[in-house]
Amino acid sequence: MSSTEKTETQVVAEIGADYKYGFHETEDYFFKSGRGLSREIVEAISEHKNEPDWMRKFRLKSLDYFMARPLPTWGGDMSGIDFDNIFYYIRPTEKQATSWEDLPPDIKNTWDRLGIPEAERKFLAGVGAQYESEVVYHKLQEDLEQKGVIFLDMDSGLREHEELVKQYFGTIIPQNDNKFAALNSAVWSGGSFIYVPPGVSIEMPLQAYFRINAENMGQFERTLIIVDEDAYVHYVEGCTAPIYSSDSLHSAVVEIIVKPRGRCRYTTIQNWSTNVYNLVTKRAVAYEDATMEWVDGNLGSKLTMKYPAIWLMGERAHGEVLSIAFAGAGQHQDAGGKCVHVAPNTTSVITSKSISKNGGRAGYRGLLEVGNGAHGAKSKVVCDALILDEESRSDTYPYIRIDENDVDIGHEATVSKIGEEQLFYLMSRGLSEAEASAMIVSGFVEPITKELPLEYAVEMNRLIQLQMEGSVG
Amino acid sequence: MALLEIKNLHVALEEGTEIVKGVDLAIDAGEVHAVMGPNGSGKSTLAYALMGHPAYEITDGEVLFDGDNLVELGADERAQRGLFLAFQYPHAVPGVTVTNFLRSAINSVRKARAGKEDPIPIPEFRKDLLGKMEELNVTRELASRYINDGFSGGERKKMEMLQLAMLKPRMAVLDETDTGLDIDALKVVGNAVNTLVGPEMGALVITHFPRVLQYIKPNFVHVFYDGKIVAEGGPELADTLEADGYKAFIPDLAEAAA
Repeated sequence: MSSTEKTETQVVAEIGADYKYGFHETEDYFFKSGRGLSREIVEAISEHKNEPDWMRKFRLKSLDYFMARPLPTWGGDMSGIDFDNIFYYIRPTEKQATSWEDLPPDIKNTWDRLGIPEAERKFLAGVGAQYESEVVYHKLQEDLEQKGVIFLDMDSGLREHEELVKQYFGTIIPQNDNKFAALNSAVWSGGSFIYVPPGVSIEMPLQAYFRINAENMGQFERTLIIVDEDAYVHYVEGCTAPIYSSDSLHSAVVEIIVKPRGRCRYTTIQNWSTNVYNLVTKRAVAYEDATMEWVDGNLGSKLTMKYPAIWLMGERAHGEVLSIAFAGAGQHQDAGGKCVHVAPNTTSVITSKSISKNGGRAGYRGLLEVGNGAHGAKSKVVCDALILDEESRSDTYPYIRIDENDVDIGHEATVSKIGEEQLFYLMSRGLSEAEASAMIVSGFVEPITKELPLEYAVEMNRLIQLQMEGSVG
Repeated sequence: MALLEIKNLHVALEEGTEIVKGVDLAIDAGEVHAVMGPNGSGKSTLAYALMGHPAYEITDGEVLFDGDNLVELGADERAQRGLFLAFQYPHAVPGVTVTNFLRSAINSVRKARAGKEDPIPIPEFRKDLLGKMEELNVTRELASRYINDGFSGGERKKMEMLQLAMLKPRMAVLDETDTGLDIDALKVVGNAVNTLVGPEMGALVITHFPRVLQYIKPNFVHVFYDGKIVAEGGPELADTLEADGYKAFIPDLAEAAA
């Protein structure tokens, strides 16, 4: 332990002010699994959580799938992930705290630095926050409860609404969907469970904050959102993590069901430190006249592979994916989106903006699929890349499969560089080169930031500015 | 010593071609100087070089601003000291609103001058912006649009004048500001410049056509040809140019015409 702490202390000291969230608290965990993955670990997690037998079996079967599947050979380089050197489960406190005062001081301190109390004051909706593997603080505003809205961490959701969870869990993303979905299915912990009853519209965004705070810790949260008929919810997750010397793995699964005429928007700002592998599976199904929107900002991590998907199952369902990827030195953002048109007259828009600098690699990988019978389907894919220097790279992999004649499909792609003339124009007004570049980049991603809640838009622009400040001499 | 003193200025392109071949000019606050010349004489290169465009290299001479040589400074530092260039072809910056851009620029200049963050109070900024937009006959809707993105030629020029009015520089260089403007817009722009010129600001008006000088009255006129000033005089020189064109001052042109 002491040697680990020494390493951490050294690393944190070296970080200095470079990384805004590069602080960490001393560890004080109630339960921490040993490193590595085995049936015993999975059994122990399930037993520790007092789960029903079906979930225990689900986990064990998922583990088999995970073990059986090879690492993907496409996307990014995953060879650096050391699966035997990861803590698959850490529970920070003995039981879930229900109010701010009950939280342990070191966790409160971390959250204070992330500005959570402020966020809570600003937003009247509930704040769910994930610290390590378990949601320890969760508060739901009374009016939401009165409307019958369920907003819980996933573990509590399973305990308190087992039948509802059992009905949907793993139905959108099967446990064998891919290696990392299988891993999540085996060792998941925390995440959010949301149910919005028919006709209920939640005006304020529901928020959750995620944070990794232990070296070599995997974070495997699991989120399930069910938006019933004519209901609406906007869910926001923001992620920040401190920097550690060895690699961390974040592998989440998010499943969303939007029933007829319902609407769901899911917003993510991901700013993991640059040693985190961020391999996430997100998928939604939208039924008749329903709308699903993914707004996905990826700034941090070493490698992100994430392609939020929408299956348009009912007639006239609409899907939108807005994706930003920003890759700096040593980073690879392989991001994008998928829309699958199953029903007739469905519509979708995928907008992707990627920025790469200092040798970073950012790209778009997306799938647009129109099944036989989905006549009248309309889709538009726009991917724009901005490359800030000669060392950086942008890739575009737009996969399109159309099995229907009566469709209207558009695809546009642009690649640009920051022009000397544009920079000179802004600098001639007194902006430094870094400020001018940041302004051009902020403008480039504006179509997406304008969709964010104000607080996140400000944070996003600040993060871009911080990224840019280091990029020019 | 004048506020802006240009001494023996030589400017070359990156590949070495010399465009500006020894220019001397002294402009003080309260003065309007016009540099007039035919197309291709190097006027715009002079403007870009004064502002510090990286593609134009100052190979010899000095640009003294308040006695300090600007030649080694970047465009941002020149702007922070109070130099301004109204562009002939202002660039679009998609996604950045006029309001956001103006506030950022003002705050960058204030920060440089104060040596620390010193943002303009929002009510003060807002009041100033709305007032200036009204003076310039700019529709309010323009403030929330992206800078120059989809703007007409006239809107772009007015946007340059709005920036000039908001940033309050000490020396304004106007590069062919009259091109693309109709008479009404020209009057508005002329009024704006005339209002700003005074103890706080001087101006260098670079133009091809004498017409603009009916609206911005110069104290001095310099005829520019082949990278050099070939004739100098008072405002009456502009009238001569209006009547007779450039050939009276430029031997090559006179010969070509003959």
